[in-house]
Amino acid sequence: MAEATRAAAGPAPAAAPTPILDVDGVTLQYKTKEHLITATYRVGFQVYPSDRFVLLGPSGCGKSTLLKGVAGYMKPVEGEMRLKGRGISEPGPDRVMVFQEFDQLLPWKTVRQNITFALINGGRCATGAEADDIARQYIRKVKLDRFEDTYPHMLSGGMKQRVAIARGMAMEPDVLLMDEPFAALDALTRRQMQEELLQLWEDTHFTVLFVTHSIEEACIVGSRILVLSPHPGQVKAELNAHHLGHEDVGGEPFSALQKRIHDMLFADRILEEEAAPHA
Amino acid sequence: MSGAAASGGKGPDVYVRPEFVVETLGEAEIGDVERKLSGLERAWNVNGVRKATILIGLVVAWQVYTVALDVEPLMFPRFSTSAEALWLSLIDSDLLRKIWFSVSTLLIGYTTGLALSAALVLWASAQRIGADFLSTCTAMFNPLPAIALLPLAMLWFGLGTASIVFVTIHSVLWAVALSTHTGFQSVSETLRMIGQNYGLRNIRYVMKILIPAALPSILSGMKIGWAFSWRTLIGAELVFGASSGSGGLGWFIYENSQNLETAHVFAGLFTVILIGITVENVIFRNVELRTVYRWGMQR
Repeated sequence: MAEATRAAAGPAPAAAPTPILDVDGVTLQYKTKEHLITATYRVGFQVYPSDRFVLLGPSGCGKSTLLKGVAGYMKPVEGEMRLKGRGISEPGPDRVMVFQEFDQLLPWKTVRQNITFALINGGRCATGAEADDIARQYIRKVKLDRFEDTYPHMLSGGMKQRVAIARGMAMEPDVLLMDEPFAALDALTRRQMQEELLQLWEDTHFTVLFVTHSIEEACIVGSRILVLSPHPGQVKAELNAHHLGHEDVGGEPFSALQKRIHDMLFADRILEEEAAPHA
Repeated sequence: MSGAAASGGKGPDVYVRPEFVVETLGEAEIGDVERKLSGLERAWNVNGVRKATILIGLVVAWQVYTVALDVEPLMFPRFSTSAEALWLSLIDSDLLRKIWFSVSTLLIGYTTGLALSAALVLWASAQRIGADFLSTCTAMFNPLPAIALLPLAMLWFGLGTASIVFVTIHSVLWAVALSTHTGFQSVSETLRMIGQNYGLRNIRYVMKILIPAALPSILSGMKIGWAFSWRTLIGAELVFGASSGSGGLGWFIYENSQNLETAHVFAGLFTVILIGITVENVIFRNVELRTVYRWGMQR
């Protein structure tokens, strides 16, 4: 697809910057009670500043595990992950995670306190007043001003995710990690949240690593898409999508990219099914 | 109405009806869209009102039964006599001092029990052997009634407050430790990861994530522990309350039953019940309202 490669030469890269996040030949394994599972096998990719980098793949391709590795919750058995040149060894506030689960907000803190809690404990703010200021600013960004003193259990699912995103962004991490943050939302809210996320990105051009299993979401949200094959997750392709947004949905280039990714993942499944009887 | 023309063999086709759109929605002819409840209806919705009604009903039944059948007061005094005895003991005799004696003994045992269980749970959260120790000890000691330990306690600590405190601690420790540990274990993986993400480790992680997240279990453990220890204390005092010359509530009950002052025995029981209710429905209830209810962690 020459079209896609030509598009890459467009506005995005400014004279080969240094990557913020460098994942190099990472193999991740975890144990269940009975099995040792290899989630990803020698996966490598680089995330550059202001990337909206999407990890895309069917369930079982290890994309969430990969994100947990980057977050520092899991250690790779092989390969290395470096953030700004430093090896990743444990979770830390320089890589803030936004989860899919609605219970990621601390139920005993109000919307604002959830953010100040992160700012103070994460070491971004020394004083409560400073944290309050920043928290208010980000609450306004996600349009929840009216709810800043509300406890999370009074909020809808979409609002909770907005708070979680505000909390993550307020930390101004080197990279914001998002693990299918909109997967548990209804279709209308999901669409709205994708738009809002892109608007927020327009504001500050933060770097985000975004996990999803939805091809459409990947094309809308992502600027670059890493396509992973399942069992175990291996890099299948890295594609550009920075030229596509909501307004392109249904259009020719959008559908083409969507179909291309779909074929990539689907071809795999056919091969697998063919291979299965022989195995 | 015969639009569903039966064509083909797969049952009726879709019945196509004319569309319609309501241009102006009718003004409220619905009647009561919103109506304020009457005073009586609202009062009945208050928890306390319903419970007070039940209490008054019981008291009336008691009084009517004793008066109408002229029951022997030595066996079952009237409610009015018992209430009077309570009032008289409060102002005349040293009931207040006895209450304080019981409550202060209880507080020593209860707080020591809480502190010990905190230490135990911390160990259990930090190391697997600690968790094994906790679960083994809880399995052994939790079913053991505290009163059954009293003879041993008397042997070790003599006839006095120390023995009572010992059995009280026993009754608090295991219940609280067990429920706190269970509470910690059921804190969701997401909240744990959030805590680590923002750099919380060790004791700060326990204080800022685990304890608030497990507060519903911790509080229910504390409530159970409170009920156990209060029962144990009164029981223990009944056995040897006056050893140090200044017994507590249990001793007040025992002493009056020996003197056949049945109304005063009831007065003592009232006091035990009242203190129990106050702690449960005023202190614990308020803590819950301000924390777990407010946070939507418990309904």
